[in-house]
Amino acid sequence: MLRVANVTKRFGGLVAVNDASLTLEQGRIVALIGPNGAGKTTLFAMIGGFLTPDAGSITFEGQEIAGLPPHAICRLGLTRTFQIVQPFAGLTVLENIAVGAHLHHRSRADALERARLVAEQVGMGRMLDQSAQSLTVAGRKRLELARALATEAKLLLLDEVMAGLIPSEIVEIVATIRQIRDSGVTILLIEHVMQAVMSLSEEAYVLNQGKMIAHGTPKQLVADPTVIEAYLGHGAAERLKGGAHA
Amino acid sequence: MKHATLGEWVLYGAVCAYLLALYALPSDVWLGFTINALIVTVLSIAWNITGGYGGQMSFGHAALFGTGAFVTAILQVRLGVNPWLAAPLAIAAAALVAGVIGALSFRYGLKGSYFALVTLAFAEVLRILASSFSITGGGQGILVPYKAGVENLQFASRVSTYTLALALVALGMLVTAWMQRSRFGAYLIAIRENEEAAKALGIDTFRTKVLAMVLSGAIAGTAGVAYLQTFLFVDSQIAYGASMSVEALLGPMIGGSGTLWGPLVGTLALHLLGESAKELVSGAPGLNLVLYGVVLLVILRYLPDGLVGLARRVRLPRRAPAASMKEAR
Ligand SMILES: Nc1ncnc2c1ncn2[C@@H]1O[C@H](COP(=O)(O)OP(=O)(O)O)[C@@H](O)[C@H]1O
Ligand SMILES: [Mg+2]
Repeated sequence: MLRVANVTKRFGGLVAVNDASLTLEQGRIVALIGPNGAGKTTLFAMIGGFLTPDAGSITFEGQEIAGLPPHAICRLGLTRTFQIVQPFAGLTVLENIAVGAHLHHRSRADALERARLVAEQVGMGRMLDQSAQSLTVAGRKRLELARALATEAKLLLLDEVMAGLIPSEIVEIVATIRQIRDSGVTILLIEHVMQAVMSLSEEAYVLNQGKMIAHGTPKQLVADPTVIEAYLGHGAAERLKGGAHA
Repeated sequence: MKHATLGEWVLYGAVCAYLLALYALPSDVWLGFTINALIVTVLSIAWNITGGYGGQMSFGHAALFGTGAFVTAILQVRLGVNPWLAAPLAIAAAALVAGVIGALSFRYGLKGSYFALVTLAFAEVLRILASSFSITGGGQGILVPYKAGVENLQFASRVSTYTLALALVALGMLVTAWMQRSRFGAYLIAIRENEEAAKALGIDTFRTKVLAMVLSGAIAGTAGVAYLQTFLFVDSQIAYGASMSVEALLGPMIGGSGTLWGPLVGTLALHLLGESAKELVSGAPGLNLVLYGVVLLVILRYLPDGLVGLARRVRLPRRAPAASMKEAR
């Protein structure tokens, strides 16, 4: 479904993403992990059309998308959320989600109707008239997810939607993400919450200093010395090997 | 859409009552004053689309207003075109100028004060050009001969001119109301609130902003045409001067930018205030501008969402059962 091949992005002298590749099959939940500053968000920005790669190719359903503007990529059925949440602050939850829904629904009434359904799906059904800026961190993260989902994307890129959430909220959003996948949406997610990665994804890629250093099932990765060295640390790896559940 | 509150009903009711009262008690002075305010309101409605809903604050809407006024004047006086034909051509010209300004500014990603300055620069360039060439009347301006008659889009009676101005304001508000309920309007507001998020959700932000400029240009051009047909005179200072650009944004700012009624409420309030100030400080030119400045500062400081925002907060006291149910939860 998505193929990222040998993509590089430089910011001045800094190589944020260095010859990175990944492949994503339809219907899966795949995680992208790695330490802070590894280049994960930069890679998402390139896939989503917010940055143009300096080298390499990105194909979505067989079509080259590197360098296309974000709106064009979104219309093909691929959209991202932002690590630093970007709500339409002055609008209500329902209005926020309706903006996404408008992509495939021209009429206001249809878009609002669709937005209500999506809000239910992500557990925001009771917050429709709340203003986006009054939401808690968890609410804002959910709103990011809801808006992206409302575009009826085939592939969602979720950038740290669990960061800053308390454990009970993480359990909820993990369930929501799984439901979204079961409804037919493919998901690529950046996550630091390893428990969630272990329970959600069948497959994960590890990015470190711009380079893709490992790829495998989460179980394989927590046993991989390179990954332990670069990212997990020995203690965490031991704990994760012990019980892979969230 | 949220339902209007009590305060809004009172405010809009008062505005409508005032506008209708002029039919019952026609006074030439008040009609003249209100016609002027309504034409500026049309310009404010134009500014409100890009500035209020789209968040693209222009400081040069005179470029669009002036183009409407000048093109219709030139077509009539220099080429003998009938005003009914000249008007749509002038409106189209203003829309085109707006589209070009928008396309150039947004292509280079200009936002905020950069966009404001570039629009101001466009208006200034047009002002200097208009004052330098004979086709625009150079320093003298263009005087349209007075030939009252519907076929010339000129009215002998003030009440008729007033009706025309009122109809244009109503039309502008209808367009705004349509926009508020359309996908285009939702996209424009999304861009104002967060452009990056808008892009991620499939919005072609460049196209949306340019379209908003074109629509705004057509409405501002309409205001220019109405001005010319009312006063039968235009020169480079009136058409393209900075004071027209300032008038365009003061109304919505004071009334409530990004609201349907903001431009009308704000412009009327401002003109009423300006008129009373003129009485008070007659003979001290420029003092009314100082007053405008002070009012704007006070409004921005204490009423960031304008008079409409203030009215929105005035609502009927909540009924007791509803309140107790809230508490019981
Ligand atoms: N727009 C930018 N300009 C310059 N440097 C950037 C920019 N965006 C990211 N970087 C740098 O690129 C590196 C990778 O950042 P990022 O992709 O955000 O990492 P991650 O999401 O994995 O934490 C970091 O060193 C960051 O400082
Ligand atoms: Mg990141």
